[in-house]
Formats: sequence, structure tokens, C-alpha cells
Amino acid sequence: MARITYREAISKALWEEMERDPSVFILGEEVGVWGGTYAVTKGFYDHFGPKRVMDTPIAEATIVGAAIGAALTGLRPVAELMTINFAFAAMDHIVNQAAKLRYMFGGQFTLPLVIRTVSGGGRQLGATHSQTPDAIFAHFPGLKVVAPGTPRDAKGLLKAAIRSNDPILFIEHATLYQMRGEVPDEDYTIPIGKSTIQRPGRDVTLVTYSKMLEISMKAAEQLSKEGIEVEIVDLRCLRPLDMEPVLQSFKKTNRAVIVEEGWRSYGVGSEVAARIYEEAFDYVDAPIQRIAQKETPLPYNRTLEQLALPQVEDVVRAVKEVL
Amino acid sequence: MEREQYLDLYYQMVLIRLTEEAAAQLYQQGKIGGFLHLYIGQEAVSTGIVSARLPQDRVITAYRDHGVAINVGIPAKLVLAELLGKANGVSKGKGGSMHLADVQRNFWGGHAIVGAHLPIAAGLALGDQYQGKDAVTICMFGDGATNIGFFHEALNLSKVWNLPVLWVCENNQYGMGTAVERASAVSEIRQKALGYDMPNSRVDGMDVIAVREATLEILAQIRNGQGPHFMEVITYRYRGHSMGDPERYRKAEEVKQWQENDPIGIYRRYLESHAIANAQDLDQIDRRVEQEVAEAVRFAEESPEPPPEALFEDIYVE
Ligand SMILES: Cc1ncc(C[n+]2csc(CCOP(=O)(O)OP(=O)(O)O)c2C)c(N)n1
Ligand SMILES: [Mg+2]
Repeated sequence: MARITYREAISKALWEEMERDPSVFILGEEVGVWGGTYAVTKGFYDHFGPKRVMDTPIAEATIVGAAIGAALTGLRPVAELMTINFAFAAMDHIVNQAAKLRYMFGGQFTLPLVIRTVSGGGRQLGATHSQTPDAIFAHFPGLKVVAPGTPRDAKGLLKAAIRSNDPILFIEHATLYQMRGEVPDEDYTIPIGKSTIQRPGRDVTLVTYSKMLEISMKAAEQLSKEGIEVEIVDLRCLRPLDMEPVLQSFKKTNRAVIVEEGWRSYGVGSEVAARIYEEAFDYVDAPIQRIAQKETPLPYNRTLEQLALPQVEDVVRAVKEVL
Repeated sequence: MEREQYLDLYYQMVLIRLTEEAAAQLYQQGKIGGFLHLYIGQEAVSTGIVSARLPQDRVITAYRDHGVAINVGIPAKLVLAELLGKANGVSKGKGGSMHLADVQRNFWGGHAIVGAHLPIAAGLALGDQYQGKDAVTICMFGDGATNIGFFHEALNLSKVWNLPVLWVCENNQYGMGTAVERASAVSEIRQKALGYDMPNSRVDGMDVIAVREATLEILAQIRNGQGPHFMEVITYRYRGHSMGDPERYRKAEEVKQWQENDPIGIYRRYLESHAIANAQDLDQIDRRVEQEVAEAVRFAEESPEPPPEALFEDIYVE
């Protein structure tokens, strides 16, 4: 075990998979000479060369489209969209092509494709550059959506995604890259579509993922000092959504808070809450609480932006609410 | 041009530069957050172009927008107030550096999604054409933006509908760290206009007078109903793409070479050799600008933060 950053974990996963399998290659804006906007692919261009680390023009639709085409020929492209905000410029290729081709052609097509991208606010980048629209992408059958919240999960899930034969949107978080955590030294993967308990507890089930895992952990520590023990379930994947650990935990605690960074309406919290009500209605002891971003585009001003984003105190308050 | 106008162009270029140098300092002090894309080195482009427009002509640009903001007449103090996220900034502190706009001054924004404002520019021009207005929309964007689909769709449409648009590509040699020839099939970007059968030109963007004169002539043509024009302006950004750019993609040598062709230096020499102003006159303007920027910084720093309820304002009209 080594303590490495989320950035290093992702970088190592990519590096090791590229060493292992010559059909894996990277394409995207500034992934090569620059070394990746978030420095994830630093050193890759010099080591693997321009054939396998391809700087592309600013052309999101064609980055994804070309990755789809290359995947159809048997390669394993890892396309990078600099941030998820630019995925909207590639929406047709993600939604109408990547998510549909296999099904629509009766299973003839196989797309071993990973689209890596970055979500999240909190860096004063303004309304178009700060979104957490993860839930939108989880809406579409045919696409898998992974969003790790720890270095260990990031590495294991990215390796699994690269080895998978399905199109996967792999969503990293802009403010997690510096986060440190234990990561096994040996080669390992984490199965796509498995939620996990990140913190055991008995009083309230806290369902979350990605950056909000960090926020939820902090809230849990604070609550623990007051004798409240929350159990944190990390979804890790939004599609397929593994409700098993959530339901198991809920049947024990009978209370849930769902924490996501994106907007509340039609969000991850809506989906998870609905499923709890559908599948464990008899166990409900209190209305389920959802913590999410305020329903406004994100402003540039630091104070206003923080006001709009979910904070530790919001989670603490919600947990007390359901108790 | 009158002498005063010549001197005003000089004043504007110096004001852009010093305002941005102050902004860079404020960024280093942690008072500006997010991205800060400096225009330093490219001042002659927006200064020449905006000086040639009539009041009814609209201007729209990308996120590297401080130059245009100052050229259209937004006081430096209101630009800096926005950069500091203050309530009296041009976008009420909600937009930041990338999102300056002033509709009263016919400046339709800094836009942060590469290429996304080009179709919008076509729409602005359509609105004027539809209403029989004698206005041209000036749309500025980078070399990198000419590789995204939005660009091609908007150029094509503008030609098909004969829209009054001046497309201005600021070719500063790089889109982030990617040199033009590594991302664009043609290095002479104006060739992209040929595919849309659009009149086009290539201008030295370090020479404010050359930019201004070319723009005057082209705007007159567009106003005469000749339809869209594509102007490629050759320029260079001295600073990194945004603050904190490691600049691994270019040599310090290259930057230095371009700095020898500094647009402000070139224009100083022009004014002196044409006996429009002497060194003393120009130094005096420099000092005036230094003072103005110092006051602007003070004003911006002392300006109030937006109140919490501003978070929910301006989401909808109704
Ligand atoms: C659709 C989209 N993709 C990527 C980005 C990230 N990005 C911001 S600026 C930029 C480079 C643009 O270069 P260019 O158009 O030449 O303008 P310059 O920065 O040189 O002024 C990139 C890739 C973005 N903002 N929008
Ligand atoms: Mg450029």
C-alpha cells in the first residue's frame, strides 16, 4: 500500500494499462505536449509518443466520434474531454452514438471506449465551467457512468473501465486531484457497478459519491463527536446503479440522507430516494433528505459560489433532521 | 484621424496593458479566482477593430475579453470590480474575467465555451438584418476556435443568409499549448473562408493602424450589403494561456522575438516618426494611465461584495 493522490492513481491506471495493452491509446485536448490540463498525463507524451498520446484540435464531437470509430475497429481509446462542461458539445456522439450503436445494430457493434472527464464546481470558473451534470449522463441506457471519490477506487475503476467492452463515461472531480489515500501496489480492478460502504455506522444512511464523499466523511466525523454514527454508502457508479448496499444499510438505520453536488431536481438524490421508497417503504422512519446544489447557475463570486454548493454543515443539519 | 484620436488609441492600448498587469498581481495575491486570460501582446487587435466600428455595430468575443471591454469604453475600475467578483462589476460579480459584457456599449460578451459565440454572432447579425438596421456584428475568436464545428456552421450560415458579420480570427499562434499547425489543416487560417466562398483578408495584428484601416474598409463593404467577411489577424500572446500555464510548448526565445515587435512600441514609433506626438507626450499618457489603474484597483478593492440574495437574482426574467 502506498499513499498517493487521486491524480497519481488515475495517472498510474492509465500508464499501466497502456504498458499492458498496445491497443490502449489516449486522445484529447492538451493531453500530450502540455501533459494534461490537470497534469494527469504528464510524461505520457515523452514515454509513449504521439501515436498513443494524441493532441487533438478543439473538437469535442469529433474527439468522441473518432474514439467511437477507433473502438469499433478493436482499439481501446481513452478519450479525454477537458471538463464535463465541454461534453455538451459532444452530446450527440455520447448519447445518440456511443450509447446506442450496439443495441440498435442488434449487438453487432462493440465499443470498448472510455471517455474521461472532470466534473465539479468550487473553483470560481463561472456558470459554464463549474457544472456537475453527472446525473444527465446516467439517464441513458447503453452508457455506463463511473465517478470515483477515492484514489483507490479511481485506480481500480479506471483499469476496469479500460478493460471493459462497453462505452463508459469516467467522471473525475476537479477538486479531488490532490486528495491522498491508500492504494494497493499490485495490479487490481474494481468492478463497474458496485456501490460500497466507505464508513460503517448505525444511525443514518448517507448515500453519496465523488467529491461529496469527502464532504460527507467530514460531516460524519463531526456527528460522531456528538454520538451520531452515520453509515456512508459510496455509489461509485451512477449507471448501473447498485442499490443493494444502500437498501441493506437503510433497512438497518431506517433513515437516509443523499448528498450530491449537482442540482437537486431530477438528480441522483431523486433517483436513490425514489428507489428506497419503492423497495424499502416499510422501513422508512423519516422523510428522506436530499442535499444538493442550489437551483441556480454557479456564480463567479467566491462567497456566492460556496453558498450555492453543498457544505459540511448542510449535511450535518440534514442528518439531524432525519433523526 | 485627428491628433486626439491617434493619442486615444495609444491611451487605450496602454490602459489594457496596465490594467492586465494589475489584474495579474491581484491574481497572485489571491484576490482574483478562476481563470484569468491575459490579452497582453494582442492589444492592437481589439483597439484597431473597435476604433473602426460605429455605435450601432455589435462586438462579441471569447473569454480573452479585457481588451475589448476597455476599447468599448467600460471604465477599468468596473472591469477590475468584476474580476474581483464585486457587486458593481459589469456582470455584478457573477461572470468574472471571462464574462465581461456591457449591452449599453453594444458589447455582447466574453464567452467561455470555445466557438459557442459564433452561432450567436450570426443571430445578432440576423436580428439586425431582419429589422433593417444598418449594423454590423463583429465577432472575434481565436485560432483554436476555427477547429470546432460551431465555427464552420456559423460561417456557412452567414454566407448563405448574407449576414452582416465581420468574423475576426485572432491568430495568436496557439490554442492553449497547441500550435496552429498541429491542430489546423491550414496554417493560414483565412483559407478556411474559401470553402464558404467568403471574402477574406490577413492583417498584421501588431500594427494598430493597419488593423484599424483594414477594419474601416471591410465594415463599409459589409454595410453596403456585401455579406460576411473573414479577417485573420496575426498576433501573439506574451503571457501564458491563463495564469499558471507551465508553457512547456514554446521557447522563451520565441516569446522574446515577438516582444521585439510589441504593438505599443510599434505605435509609439509610428506616432513619433509621423510627428503626431513626441516621447514626452506619450510618457505623459503612460503616467496618466498608471494613475488611473492605481485608482481603479483601489475602487475595485473597496467595492462591496454582492449580497447573498444575489445568488437567486437574474435566473429568469419572470
Ligand atoms: C468547447 C470547449 N473546449 C475546450 C475548452 C477549453 N479551452 C479554453 S480556451 C482553449 C484554447 C482556445 O484557443 P484559441 O481559440 O486559439 O484562443 P486563445 O486562447 O489563443 O485566445 C481551450 C481548449 C473550452 N473552453 N471550450
Ligand atoms: Mg489562439
